[in-house]
Amino acid sequence: MQDNVNDAPANAHAPGVDIIAQNVVKIFGEGAGQVRALDDVSVTIHENEFFTLLGPSGCGKTTLLRLIAGFDHPTSGTIRLEGQDISHLPPYKRPVNTVFQNYALFPHMTVAQNIGFGLEMLGRSNSDVADVVDKMLALVRMGELRDRRTDQISGGQQQRVALARALAPRPKVLLLDEPLSALDYKLRKDMQIELKRLQHETGITFIFVTHDQEEALTMSDRIAVMSRGQILQIGSPRQIYDHPAERFVADFIGDTNFLIADVTSSAGGKARLLLSSGREVNADLPEGMTPSGRVTAVVRPEHATLVTPGEGELDGMLENVVYLGTDTHYHLKLSDNAPFVVRSQNQRNEDEVFAVGETVGIALESDSLQVLRD
Amino acid sequence: MTSSSNNDPSVFAEQLAVRRHWLLCAPALTVLFLAASGPLLIVLVYSFLESGEYGGVVWKPSVDAWFRVVFQRDIFDDTLSLADAHLKILWRSMRLSFFTTITTLILGFPTAYFIATRPQNSRNIWLFMVTVPFWTNLLIRTFAIMEVIRNEGMINTLLIFIGVIDAPVQMMNTDFAIMVGMTYVYLPLMVLPLYAAMERLDFSLVEAAYDLYATRLKVLWRVIIPLVRPGVVAGSILVFIPALGAFVTPRVLGGGKKMMLGNLIELQFGAGRNWPLGAALSITLLAVVMVALLVYVRTVQKNAELQR
Ligand SMILES: Nc1ncnc2c1ncn2[C@@H]1O[C@H](COP(=O)(O)OP(=O)(O)OP(=O)(O)O)[C@@H](O)[C@H]1O
Ligand SMILES: [Mg+2]
Repeated sequence: MQDNVNDAPANAHAPGVDIIAQNVVKIFGEGAGQVRALDDVSVTIHENEFFTLLGPSGCGKTTLLRLIAGFDHPTSGTIRLEGQDISHLPPYKRPVNTVFQNYALFPHMTVAQNIGFGLEMLGRSNSDVADVVDKMLALVRMGELRDRRTDQISGGQQQRVALARALAPRPKVLLLDEPLSALDYKLRKDMQIELKRLQHETGITFIFVTHDQEEALTMSDRIAVMSRGQILQIGSPRQIYDHPAERFVADFIGDTNFLIADVTSSAGGKARLLLSSGREVNADLPEGMTPSGRVTAVVRPEHATLVTPGEGELDGMLENVVYLGTDTHYHLKLSDNAPFVVRSQNQRNEDEVFAVGETVGIALESDSLQVLRD
Repeated sequence: MTSSSNNDPSVFAEQLAVRRHWLLCAPALTVLFLAASGPLLIVLVYSFLESGEYGGVVWKPSVDAWFRVVFQRDIFDDTLSLADAHLKILWRSMRLSFFTTITTLILGFPTAYFIATRPQNSRNIWLFMVTVPFWTNLLIRTFAIMEVIRNEGMINTLLIFIGVIDAPVQMMNTDFAIMVGMTYVYLPLMVLPLYAAMERLDFSLVEAAYDLYATRLKVLWRVIIPLVRPGVVAGSILVFIPALGAFVTPRVLGGGKKMMLGNLIELQFGAGRNWPLGAALSITLLAVVMVALLVYVRTVQKNAELQR
């Protein structure tokens, strides 16, 4: 069934799975000084997907990427590409290309030579190489600068050359290690859109590394949130944002309110929670969890509104009001002293209804609570 | 700049700055002249004088020394012929220096690469070990080499002992011996600039090349060598120049028969008692070095441009 998989590099639309990492462990160093950079990571990345590895500095994102690229090899576990175990293949035998964080463009070659390098190494004919280089230059809109040296172009241009160089050999998987982190805000936004366009046009699987949650949410088909060498949760941006399963995920992505509550009943992925205010609400459960006793639930600030005391699910004292133009943030203290933030979108000519020091009610949107797997 | 320049304050300030510039340079220039140009000038002047009977020079202008660099006069019938002994020595010097440069490059490149790819803290130890031979006198190091390669030396004894050969292989007093000695002596001069260039090499470029389907050999040719080219140039120059003028190593390992330019020059100032000829030969050596350097640098540049 998989007989000609290797002969069809450009056939990006074949069904199936692109990359599977299975129980991958990577340990650097020995003895007391050893670092467990990846601790039993398993993930399946689908064909043609924009997959993002998101996590704080040092959580192992680059390490995982380097294992997929072949610059390093797992201490244990396997990495498969289309069913084939590639864990110990050298980089030049993998149909995987990388856009490096610092771009790593060859300083002794022109823009065009950089882009053509991979094809040249694959032994393509000169006219073939020239053809693809022209196409790539057009794709990343760098035609005029083809004969420039790479140290004579701007950061954003270097980034596009790095992208074109990695795309030119038509890899099955493109790895991008924080490629936008060196760019300023405006350029970054433009490049985000451009990257999405390129992924769409080429149909290549993108594995994208970032520690910017906003970037991850806007660009990805799916996100894996990492912490300390482990993948905590994998899901679509919406799943990750609306249904964080762990405290770390909820905290890392977006602003979050944490509520302590008691479970009164649970069934079918839902639970009934008794809040500190004495009222009961519905909450979603993480997959496969049967909760009991005391749990932590999260609710996003934009899913709560201020109401007159007693009318909401919670009561609190208004401590601070922060006006942010589009939004206003209301910082409250709940009856059990826990902090709580309510975000509301501003209307024009709105009157300030709630004053600091006042006791107010907090209404939670139905279905806005998520229980954490603590 | 339309006003008269003499009393324009900005022009005055500029003149002052220029004067100060030269004043500040003066000590360096003096040292440079005394240490480099001065002796060279003396050598140049000597080469145009007549030789004294017991060494030294007679202050009478003459081009005889220069004449004798290339030609020799027959003692009996005064006929002229090319000084083929000199030309042979010149040729041998260039050839041996060239091959020494090549062998140090071949040995030094992987060594430098090895050191540059070690973890930061162990690199210094390796570098230190490269420079350890410098701590011993050149003569002693050369005798050590002799101990290794002479007929009763370590290599021959070992080979005879394990029965590979019956009689010792003659290595002493050959060009081979000189080359082995010079390679050993000048290797650090190749390793150090190569290492300096490789240390500055961004190894993510090497990874990028691997990532783009370059095999190890291709990475070496297309990425590493072009990027450490300045180190290769510096190392080659640092080895070639002293090798061309070497005289201790060829004297000890070449046994006095296989002379190099350095020995020839030394001979003129010593037993030969022909200082002007020695001086003329020295200048010739200088000229050869300069021409060789020019050709080399030109070639390297042209190659670099072809790569672009
Ligand atoms: N070659 C190495 N030798 C030793 N430790 C390493 C090595 N490479 C990475 N580590 C360690 O492994 C852990 C994960 O590193 P990694 O570079 O994957 O983090 P990251 O998620 O990419 O972080 P960042 O966002 O800062 O790039 C870190 O603790 C790091 O110090
Ligand atoms: Mg990283």
